[in-house]
Amino acid sequence: MKIKAIALNTFKEAIRDRILYLLLFFAAVCIIFSRLLALLTVGDKVKIIKDVGLTSLSLFGALMAILMGTGLVFKEIDKKTIYTIVSKPIHRYQFLLGKFFGLVLTLFVMLLLMSFIFLALVFFHTFTIEWEMFVAILFIFFELCLVTSVALLFSCFSTPILSSVFSLAFYLIGHTAWGLETLIKKIPPGLGKTMAQALYHFLPDLENFNFKTEIVQNLDIPSEAFLYSVLYGIFYTLFVLILAVLVFRKRDFI
Amino acid sequence: MAMVLKIENLHKSFKLGFLLKKMKILRGIALSVEQGEVFGYLGPNGAGKTTTIKCILGLIFPEEGKIEIFGHPHLSPKAKEKTGFLPENPYFYDHLTASEFLDYYSQLFLIKKEEKEKKIKSLLRLVDLELSADLQLRKFSRGMLQRIGMAQALLNDPSLIFLDEPLGGLDPLGRKEIRDIIVRLKDEGKTVFLSSHILQDIEMICTRVAIIVNGEIINQGALQDLISEKILFTEVILSGVGEKELEGMGEYFSGHGDRTLLKVFKEENVEKVLRLVQSSKGKVHSLIPRTETLEDLFVEIVKKR
Repeated sequence: MKIKAIALNTFKEAIRDRILYLLLFFAAVCIIFSRLLALLTVGDKVKIIKDVGLTSLSLFGALMAILMGTGLVFKEIDKKTIYTIVSKPIHRYQFLLGKFFGLVLTLFVMLLLMSFIFLALVFFHTFTIEWEMFVAILFIFFELCLVTSVALLFSCFSTPILSSVFSLAFYLIGHTAWGLETLIKKIPPGLGKTMAQALYHFLPDLENFNFKTEIVQNLDIPSEAFLYSVLYGIFYTLFVLILAVLVFRKRDFI
Repeated sequence: MAMVLKIENLHKSFKLGFLLKKMKILRGIALSVEQGEVFGYLGPNGAGKTTTIKCILGLIFPEEGKIEIFGHPHLSPKAKEKTGFLPENPYFYDHLTASEFLDYYSQLFLIKKEEKEKKIKSLLRLVDLELSADLQLRKFSRGMLQRIGMAQALLNDPSLIFLDEPLGGLDPLGRKEIRDIIVRLKDEGKTVFLSSHILQDIEMICTRVAIIVNGEIINQGALQDLISEKILFTEVILSGVGEKELEGMGEYFSGHGDRTLLKVFKEENVEKVLRLVQSSKGKVHSLIPRTETLEDLFVEIVKKR
């Protein structure tokens, strides 16, 4: 109940933020731009629209999560609104979870809006509602939940600018870490391989949530891959949230 | 009287600057507050008043010491359920209206819906913001914010209310409004812990005070025990008596027109002045004996440190 109250207030506050609408506008421009890009490309035009559209959803969703998430806790401390909240009979983890779910709700609504524009554009070309697109969008949502938890973690101890840089780095590393997997296969056994393996396990792999290519190209995806991605998303998000709670529970609000 | 707040040996320091230099803020604070009193917590800026309140309310964690509220550890839900808090220069979610704001905070106390509506209405009436119930907080003046802050502090009908500089930055009318609310709370049997450096107000409403300087409590007790009843000097405003005749009676200040302000330090000289006025067919406009004020005591203590 207390978490719900904080989440709803966070949602109400977030949807008033102009930066959200600016990003939504650019996301819409990018999705519509994919139509132009399709004209310039050789091959299946609809596939280009789907590919660019889904990438825009993921990128702008992540930017929303980072730019809003990194200010979530910092703003409350900076503006001292947290004083009257924490002094009430509420646990600090409840406050933090309320903030997390509030932003996740905001991102869910924004993702729905972006998806509507994207699916309308696809419908305009195929005259069918492509339900399998929702699978790709669902995994983008899982990815956004994880990015939100990371932004929230940084927001617990750092300024919004630094937190944004850290979270953006997390997002970029997460989408390029698969390169390490290829490297591990290529390098001979030894210290280098062990280190690369350790690093690969430590770094996030956000490509686990990327089913764009398979869905756009109508490729078969084994159900174990879905299950692995769902579990990866849930456990990684939980792990980051627990870290955030540990940082936040002993923090002094000066 | 039952003890509602007990603090023992409270220590807190902050690490500041690039080199994380340790700075001691509280050095063994110990105080107790009894039920039904308005307790004044006085000190100059930077003495540690707000830090003490933050420690009590769990906003910061003390390094050493024990805090009990109604016999419970200060961070326990049981303790927090019985307390209310109005921070210094309160800032709230400015996108919310006054009633939305109180509704949000009442959810944190799990107040039932039927009870909640009644409570919000009565609190808005108490702080005289009934007409601004649907106004966003961003449009509130400083005084209105202070009043809505007071309303949120009273949402759970607390028995102990912490007010951090509640009168700071308010105009005389705003100060009177907040003072009236504090007096009303006292009449209802609630305990108020009031931190301030506006001594005049503290003197008017507090029953007991503690004075903190440099993180240490220098003096605490009932106001009448701390301030002596002894007359320090008598202020006499008179007319019709020449400056030369008043020589040696006290400190002489010329006032408006023919009026003269005389500060008489010895009681026997007051009698002499009165006789002099009578014989010179002059007039005494006012005669005020000045006893020691809280401000005198405060200045004396702070200077000594």
